Amino acid sequence: MAYFFQQALNALQLGSIYALIALGYTMVYGILTMINFAHGDLFMVGAFFCFLLAVYLKLSFVPTLLVSMLGVACLGVVIERLAYKPLRAAPRVSAIITALGVGLFLENFTLALSPYPKHIPPLLANTTWSIGSLSVSSLQVLVIALSLVLMLILDFVVQRTKAGMAMRAISWDKSIVPLMGVPVNKIISFTFAIGTGLGGAAGVMYGLAYPVIDPYMGIMVGWKAFICAVVGGIGNVRGAMIGGFILGAVEILVAAFFPSTYRDFVAFTLLLVLLILRPYGILGRPQPQKV
Amino acid sequence: MKKTIIFIGFLVIFSLLVFGCAKKDSDAVKIGVIAELTGDIPAVGTSCKNAAELAVREINDGGGIQLGEKKYPVELIIEDNAGKADQSASSAQKLITQQKVTAIVGPNASRYALPAAEIAESNKTVLITPWSTAPKATLDAKTNAPKHYVFRACFIDPFQGGVIAKFTLDNLKLKKTAVLYDVASEYNKGIAEIFKEVYEKNGGSIVAFETYTTNDKDFSSQLTKIKKTNPDIIFLPNYYSEVPLQIQQAKRLGISVPFIGSDSWGSEELLKLCGKDCEGYYFSTHYAADSASDATKKFIDAYKAKYGTTPDDVAALTYDSFGLLLQAIKTAGKNDRQAVRDALAKIPLFNGVTGSMQFKEGSGDPIKSAVILQIKDGKFTWFANAKP
Repeated sequence: MAYFFQQALNALQLGSIYALIALGYTMVYGILTMINFAHGDLFMVGAFFCFLLAVYLKLSFVPTLLVSMLGVACLGVVIERLAYKPLRAAPRVSAIITALGVGLFLENFTLALSPYPKHIPPLLANTTWSIGSLSVSSLQVLVIALSLVLMLILDFVVQRTKAGMAMRAISWDKSIVPLMGVPVNKIISFTFAIGTGLGGAAGVMYGLAYPVIDPYMGIMVGWKAFICAVVGGIGNVRGAMIGGFILGAVEILVAAFFPSTYRDFVAFTLLLVLLILRPYGILGRPQPQKV
Repeated sequence: MKKTIIFIGFLVIFSLLVFGCAKKDSDAVKIGVIAELTGDIPAVGTSCKNAAELAVREINDGGGIQLGEKKYPVELIIEDNAGKADQSASSAQKLITQQKVTAIVGPNASRYALPAAEIAESNKTVLITPWSTAPKATLDAKTNAPKHYVFRACFIDPFQGGVIAKFTLDNLKLKKTAVLYDVASEYNKGIAEIFKEVYEKNGGSIVAFETYTTNDKDFSSQLTKIKKTNPDIIFLPNYYSEVPLQIQQAKRLGISVPFIGSDSWGSEELLKLCGKDCEGYYFSTHYAADSASDATKKFIDAYKAKYGTTPDDVAALTYDSFGLLLQAIKTAGKNDRQAVRDALAKIPLFNGVTGSMQFKEGSGDPIKSAVILQIKDGKFTWFANAKP
């Protein structure tokens, strides 16, 4: 039984990081119907910010987290302004290719600075509590709790504030909303800032939980988070969170009860089956197109 | 106007392509190096490049290599394979057909050495991989007979896997081992399987045989599973960039048993990334910098003076690869790929910085011994020798 709970805890930790990154994909898609493939690399930049702040400025955990989030959010807004905004009217394929290009740029830029994997020093004293044969580390609790808090704040912003209302309105109909006096560009920047900021936070937490980081770390994690967003119903904020926890749980539990070689195979087969049953994701709405 | 500029631009690029390659320095003996300068194991590539430059500088300082009456300088051409299998193959192709090198040294990791070795073999060009320990690198994929043009400067996995298995049983006296390895990587998989075979044959039991795939960062599920089986020791035949993560996560999950590793641990980077977490653990490798002979000490001092760090096993093996190759070229007496190959295959006992080695009839795998190192006070320290 303790074994099961231990694995469930592992799943929650992995799932909460996936969920945080998936939120970035889903928010950008919701507002621009564009998949920001550079998001995984922004997550990587978040981890590198964490490394720089922790090693060179010797900041403690809270300022490191806040400054990294802010830095990545600014980078996200700049990328949107420089790379995506000029293409807003262009075909969606162009925007996706641009996003891939931005991702490659971020990877290779970091690579050019230094190709070596970096080690993030422990920012928090780690204690491991044993409850029976169950081991709970303070880091695990922190990652899960912080992710949940960030997601609750986001949910509040999207559902209960004026800016959130504007975001939802834009994702609903882009042509009417500006006529109602909503500053579309500002709201889009705001969305990018929040989405990429969460990605940056995920980068910091990932860096703490798995303290060896490298310029390519964002690729696979980014793809997996993208899948989470699709499974949850892309464009839907709560769906992305659910998707993240589902993928985390599936990955951990498959490795726990099957030979671990089959992990990705079984995990992705399950997700494919889920998508066949609900092609628009768990919380997504089917969007009929008139032809 | 615009069109003219574009046209001229194309002309310039085209002429660079044509004449850039046509530049010929027929006097020099060209040796190509394929190293992992970027990608997932850049420390390996950098060591390889450093040692290669050191070896070539030493020979050129002495006026070059003696072929017949005249001395010829050695020209080094270094290619980055970016830690990719496909780029390793294309780098080998480029070195052989465009740069017309006499021989190639590298790549180092088995997963990159395999594709490059195929290209070298089919183009009848000598390739010496310094660090690839997977048996397949020097074997023909179809017939399993030895390749003719592919050699290595290190021992092979069956030997190393056996050394670690016997060390765990006989010296550490631990009879229950769990293994966690990268199933997507040639090297890790090969050594894990051989370890299992030898360990079980000699009376040990493998209680868990868990896998992951390259670039995974979360091993919590596999480690939790391993913890349930109560092993005495955990064997991690994985690369230095992953091992610290695995050990740190294991400790966080409350695993307190020791770990043991293979030659892929032997990078200074491991000590940096691991900190105190790897203290006291053992691994097998190619040479020990602290119990070195005179020739080895000379190399270590020269390397330290130039690059400021102790050479790791990749550096030492690359240096030996060059030693082997240069001696073979000298024996051949001419800058000819076939003659160099024949001289290398028949090389008499070669005393390198990683010990003595010799190629057995027809095989590209040298006969040489291994050492067991222990991580002590944040340093690699010699612990035991293991003869073939």
